[in-house]
Amino acid sequence: MALTRDQIAMRVAQEFKDGDYVNLGIGIPTLAANYVPEGISVMLQSENGLLGMGRYPTEDEVDADMINAGKETVTAITGASIFSSAESFAMIRGGHVDFTVLGAFEVDVNGNIASWMIPGKLIKGMGGAMDLVAGAKNIIVTMTHADKKGNSKLLPACTLPLTGVNCITRIITDLAVLKIEDGAFVLTERAPGVTVEEIKEKTAGKLVVPDNVPEMVIA
Amino acid sequence: MSGFNKVVDSYSDAMKGLEDGMTIIAGGFGLCGIPEGLITQIKAMGTTGLTVVSNNCGVDDFGLGILLEDKQIKKMISSYVGENALFEQQLLNGELEVELTPQGTLAEKMRAGGAGIPAFYTATGYGTPVGEGKEVKEFNGRPYIMEESITGDFAIVKAWKADPFGNCVYRHTAQNFNPMAATAGKITVVEVEEIVQPGELDPAHIHTPGIYVNRVIKGDFEKRIERRVLAKNEETA
Repeated sequence: MALTRDQIAMRVAQEFKDGDYVNLGIGIPTLAANYVPEGISVMLQSENGLLGMGRYPTEDEVDADMINAGKETVTAITGASIFSSAESFAMIRGGHVDFTVLGAFEVDVNGNIASWMIPGKLIKGMGGAMDLVAGAKNIIVTMTHADKKGNSKLLPACTLPLTGVNCITRIITDLAVLKIEDGAFVLTERAPGVTVEEIKEKTAGKLVVPDNVPEMVIA
Repeated sequence: MSGFNKVVDSYSDAMKGLEDGMTIIAGGFGLCGIPEGLITQIKAMGTTGLTVVSNNCGVDDFGLGILLEDKQIKKMISSYVGENALFEQQLLNGELEVELTPQGTLAEKMRAGGAGIPAFYTATGYGTPVGEGKEVKEFNGRPYIMEESITGDFAIVKAWKADPFGNCVYRHTAQNFNPMAATAGKITVVEVEEIVQPGELDPAHIHTPGIYVNRVIKGDFEKRIERRVLAKNEETA
């Protein structure tokens, strides 16, 4: 069975290490904050200028001056800091954020990512995505393996305008966990009950399949 | 004090000297930390042909979005726009030009502009549409693109508190782009919630030193919330 959005988020959260500073993109990546493993502390960075983002506020806590990068009301945790946009992106571009998780339309075998613009549709902008993919040390892309028509999103070369080049090394989809190495996707885990054949079929870019591909463990 | 008293009493004094075709750098992220009264004043003045540098362009009836109503903005330099129908319409009609700029690059363009640095190299945007036509230089084997900094004829800034010297502090995430905007205007105008007595702000806790600030005005803020999201009960139990 393909993973649900929450199950993808659960698998992402298994990658967190105690003491990581993490930036989570909008969508599935944000859900990963709900599944941080027991005994592990991570601090969430919100690129509008908040390190140590907490949960959503109660009615009494709502403050127009406390929002996240998605412009939603939020709170700060103990140990948080608040700073300017330039400081925020100095952290990101300087490689100080340990971990970035973001969504994408397409990823290719050279680690290129397209995530911000579909020609012909209204272009709203890249926000901080280009800075994040250029600056973060450790990036995981989460997305469905194929689009609704069954077309693969793991390609020999991205077809849409790029967000960044040679910057993606790990992908977690609803079907698999993959690395990008030497111009190919390397299959490292498959979703429970999903066959290697199905993954092969839905991966348009070159795919390397090791002898043993274990199933993901989803708690 | 006299020469250092930046406080003005009216919005017309606050935005005096703004002319058609000028560039305005504006602080704010979404509707958070925006100089609401200064934007209203620009609308009242009817100034047109403006280039506005701001992360976003407000919503249809609030923030910078109200300057679209009378087509006062010629060009936006932003990282994320289109939360407003009017914006989309004017963009599609060719009445409005947009230069999409990565958010970190935008912040750095303002910071560098205010610091007298004409350009800088960044990996952000290399190999993407943002990098097209820009100089590429390799450092330690990695390609970077050159981005030019930005300064404005005016900077409009929202702070929490300022003293008459123009020393400013921001509140929570309403800080965002405001400190960089404050450095990058030929004339920097700060709209604040409170003007405090000289000496009331701790000098070591000033976010924006008064040297960057030309005018301070006390405003009244609606502080509209764009996306009010509340905790579910179990989260706070």
